[in-house]
Amino acid sequence: MKTQQLHGLGLFRVRHHFAGLLFMSAASVAMAPGAYATGTLAGTDIENIATASYDTGAGTVEVLSNPVVITVDELLDVTLTNTDPGSVTVANGAQNTVLTYRITNTGNGPEAYRLTPDVAVGGDDFDPSLVQIVLDTNNNNVYDPGVDTVYVSGSNDPVLTPDQGINVFVITNVPATQSNGDQADIRLTAAAVTGTGAPGTSFNGAGEGGGDAVVGSTSADAEDTGTLLVEAATVTLTKTATVLDPFGGSASVPGAIVTYTLVASVTGSGTLANMVIADPIPAGTTYVAASTTLEAAALTDAADADAGNFNGSRISVALGGVPAGQTRTVTFRTRIQ
Amino acid sequence: MKTGFFTAFAAIGLSLVSGAAWAVSPIQLSSDIYVEKQQKQADGKNAVVLEAPKTILPGDQLVFVVRYKNVGSTNANGVTVTNPIPRAIAFSGTSDGTEIVSIDGGKNWGKLSQLRTASTDGTSRPALMTDVTHIKWTVNQTLAAGSAGKLIFRGVVK
Repeated sequence: MKTQQLHGLGLFRVRHHFAGLLFMSAASVAMAPGAYATGTLAGTDIENIATASYDTGAGTVEVLSNPVVITVDELLDVTLTNTDPGSVTVANGAQNTVLTYRITNTGNGPEAYRLTPDVAVGGDDFDPSLVQIVLDTNNNNVYDPGVDTVYVSGSNDPVLTPDQGINVFVITNVPATQSNGDQADIRLTAAAVTGTGAPGTSFNGAGEGGGDAVVGSTSADAEDTGTLLVEAATVTLTKTATVLDPFGGSASVPGAIVTYTLVASVTGSGTLANMVIADPIPAGTTYVAASTTLEAAALTDAADADAGNFNGSRISVALGGVPAGQTRTVTFRTRIQ
Repeated sequence: MKTGFFTAFAAIGLSLVSGAAWAVSPIQLSSDIYVEKQQKQADGKNAVVLEAPKTILPGDQLVFVVRYKNVGSTNANGVTVTNPIPRAIAFSGTSDGTEIVSIDGGKNWGKLSQLRTASTDGTSRPALMTDVTHIKWTVNQTLAAGSAGKLIFRGVVK
């Protein structure tokens, strides 16, 4: 990216300095190229001066050559990677889900990059809706709503110096109708504002320091895809009853004890939060006090610290979060009136 | 575009020692830089051509040419040519191999194979081409009036 204009628009950028400049040239030789992974910075002058010495018989004389100065042109390169460790799991209908990408300037001059999201990548299960792209202004790799800057294409395209990177968050909403395991790919593209194209494409005079800008091996255009994975858990509840009559049999007669077993099975993936099993006491039966168990452990009837509660008409057991693949078994007993 | 070496000798050396006692130096020195570019030939193969350095990028191979000439009427004795390596250039050799080099800014000189570079922990290793800061040629004990030559070294843009 060109940030300053050279006067005189050198068509041929080898400059021969003449006598007036000769003796100050040693200072500019010392110009530091900087230790950049991407090489010498665009706009750096490379100056060469040779010195000859010879004997005159009356001493040694030194002669300087003309200095030849060439200026390093700008290489346009960029990399972009999705930095989420894997698919980002989301719930059905999740709002403001975050995918994280990192853009790095691998060229040798400061460059602005235009960001383009694509939420409708083919080959996946659904397309989330784009909310916004956010630049990680405070560089903590965490999306901070209201702190990090919302990206507006063409308005605040991030400008990166050589080797510099920036985190970018793509914020989307998930439709409420997805099934467990559904995936959505979201692609982010970063393109050098100065220009992109096949490696070697040159933009005359568009480089930092007034030189050319030349597209490098990355085509000055990089993209990567992140994935949202819907986790939807479902619960199935099965209820069984066994009867023990006062005579040791299983007849449903007055005085018989009915043991109800409720098994909640969570399937799919993820976790069902705040699950509660409640069951009304059937008419014509009486709840047997303190008969509720959870995973074979007795629970009290009072609404207290433990999970069980009998309020006079129903039992209820608070299970909390239950991960997919697990079951919870609750039992309670009633007496037939 | 393929560009050959300049054949004409730029007469800019004449003004170089204007501050010195001699009105005209009998030794002229000129410096040029060319860049090696891969160019596709008609037969589809790539050939390396030397071009004027229009576009220079990190990794480009540069060729530095230093031309000298005795334009005086008498012989010059003890002629040496010294060329500091620009900081952004990694030295990658000369065309003739007769040079001596310095890896410490011109304080100590020798053949590259004789030099060692010290690290801060007290150890040292043989010097590499990329350590070279200066190169020096001894041209001839006597450079006869009217005789000329050129010295060539190469370097990669860091």
